[in-house]
Amino acid sequence: MNMSVDIAGVTLKNPVMTASGTFGSGVEYSEFVDLNRLGAVVTKGVANIPWQGNPTPRIAETYGGMLNAVGLQNPGIDLFLERDIPFLKQYDTKIVVNVCGRTTEDYCEVVERLADCDVDLLEINISCPNVKEGGIAFGQNPKAVEKITNELKRIARQPVIMKLSPNVTDITEMAKAAEAGGADALSLINTLTGMKIDVNKRAFVLANKTGGLSGPAIKPVAVRMVYQVANAVNLPIIGMGGIINEEDALEFIMAGASAVAVGTANFTNPMATVDIVDGLEEYMSKNGIEDINELIGCVK
Amino acid sequence: MSKKYKKIVKIEKMEQIGAGIFSIWLEDREITFEATAGQFVSLYCRDGSRLLPRPISICEIDKEKGMVRLVFRVAGKGTEEFAKMKPGDFIDVMGPLGNGFTLEGTKAILIGGGIGIPPMLELAKELSCEKQIVLGYRDSDTFLKEEFEPYGTVYVATEDGSIGTKGNVIDAIKGNDLNADIIFACGPAPMLRGVKEYAISHEIKAQISMEERMACGIGACLACVCGKKEKDHHTNVKNTRICKDGPVFYIDDIEL
Repeated sequence: MNMSVDIAGVTLKNPVMTASGTFGSGVEYSEFVDLNRLGAVVTKGVANIPWQGNPTPRIAETYGGMLNAVGLQNPGIDLFLERDIPFLKQYDTKIVVNVCGRTTEDYCEVVERLADCDVDLLEINISCPNVKEGGIAFGQNPKAVEKITNELKRIARQPVIMKLSPNVTDITEMAKAAEAGGADALSLINTLTGMKIDVNKRAFVLANKTGGLSGPAIKPVAVRMVYQVANAVNLPIIGMGGIINEEDALEFIMAGASAVAVGTANFTNPMATVDIVDGLEEYMSKNGIEDINELIGCVK
Repeated sequence: MSKKYKKIVKIEKMEQIGAGIFSIWLEDREITFEATAGQFVSLYCRDGSRLLPRPISICEIDKEKGMVRLVFRVAGKGTEEFAKMKPGDFIDVMGPLGNGFTLEGTKAILIGGGIGIPPMLELAKELSCEKQIVLGYRDSDTFLKEEFEPYGTVYVATEDGSIGTKGNVIDAIKGNDLNADIIFACGPAPMLRGVKEYAISHEIKAQISMEERMACGIGACLACVCGKKEKDHHTNVKNTRICKDGPVFYIDDIEL
């Protein structure tokens, strides 16, 4: 039985990855999860310098979901390279570094610093809804998507995955723009911008007023977008948005994703990622599927 | 750092001990063995629409029976779900989490405000020095008060003045002329700010337990941070993870 999948020439032992921002660099979850069993660990977004992030409260639970406005707090590339990468290198899993920035130069600096580093893939976050200056500003305009993809591709030594925002009128336009810019793969979806109000306090629950909605509540939207993008571009897709079990993962795969990322589910069940790997294996053996690649995009 | 467990455990005892306040004993030898005063556990809801675990501080640790006690206030749908559970039911829990109190000092003031009172009970049991225990309630609807009495002198402050000193815990400390070489406190942010001011002006060392909305509970998601005076070893900025590097901090290290 073959569980391995290919993302831009990188072979993952199975299609299950972690979703950026929910899993740190894996240190904390390694107390519960054997990281060797994951297709890849996607790190929390890292910038050229340390970021303080947003004020608290940074999260709020919603029905079947949660809002977050962490604001890409990160220790900066220096400490990240010194501490987090050596930690992950101990494991037999692929390393995907999520890169964030406020300006094109910020992104370029991080990608350059990673050039000589032994990591497998870069995931570029141009879709964070919680940071005013950067992130999303690049992700909602096709011209900007193409331009930054192109600039990063020129300096990147690893394949580049562009992470797309669902907060657009037509996500296929952004996907096509990333493809035109030379992207090697796409990740979708990032969180949907949302808001929660405390009616007793007559105030916003989040200090940032708005936050990114994730969790099972957004899954149908994410599956639809993966399907649309899979039919619009010729790039491998990493599908994510509300995956909590193998059935959810299979929906994304059948819609056209070559791999999936598990995010919010880690909070509900720290073993969610490996449980999904087990679940996929079981599904395949029960249904006599020899190769998981047979399932990618099988629903037309 | 203590070892953490994620498992389904049995509820041994469950009772309401105040208005919207519930006491629950969980049976588990491993979690109990690791637990120390000031740590917390995450309780997971059964209802799939509620994704995030609820962090609840540990109120008592019975190493002999292998049980931990949690005392919580019903604050929303999740805690409402827990309040309806019965002895013999099973609940999904992760813990113990965070770092607890450091036992120190020769004469201590233990301060608990509202739902910050429960973790002070285990601390009162473990701390061997002279103890003055100051508990702050809204009104005469107190809880756990009698349970503290074997471990020290108990002083009460109520907002409406129905019992003890009228006012807050600092009013009770001043009104009773208490002094100490160490303060331990857990309660709402305004109370902790008052404790900080008092501790600094009286040059008393203080450990406080912080509260914030949490998601992962283990230090990965950076939802529950608080401001820190110096750059933090992990975050590399001036904030720190409450769930992982707290919830107990020395008051001078933290921005309140």
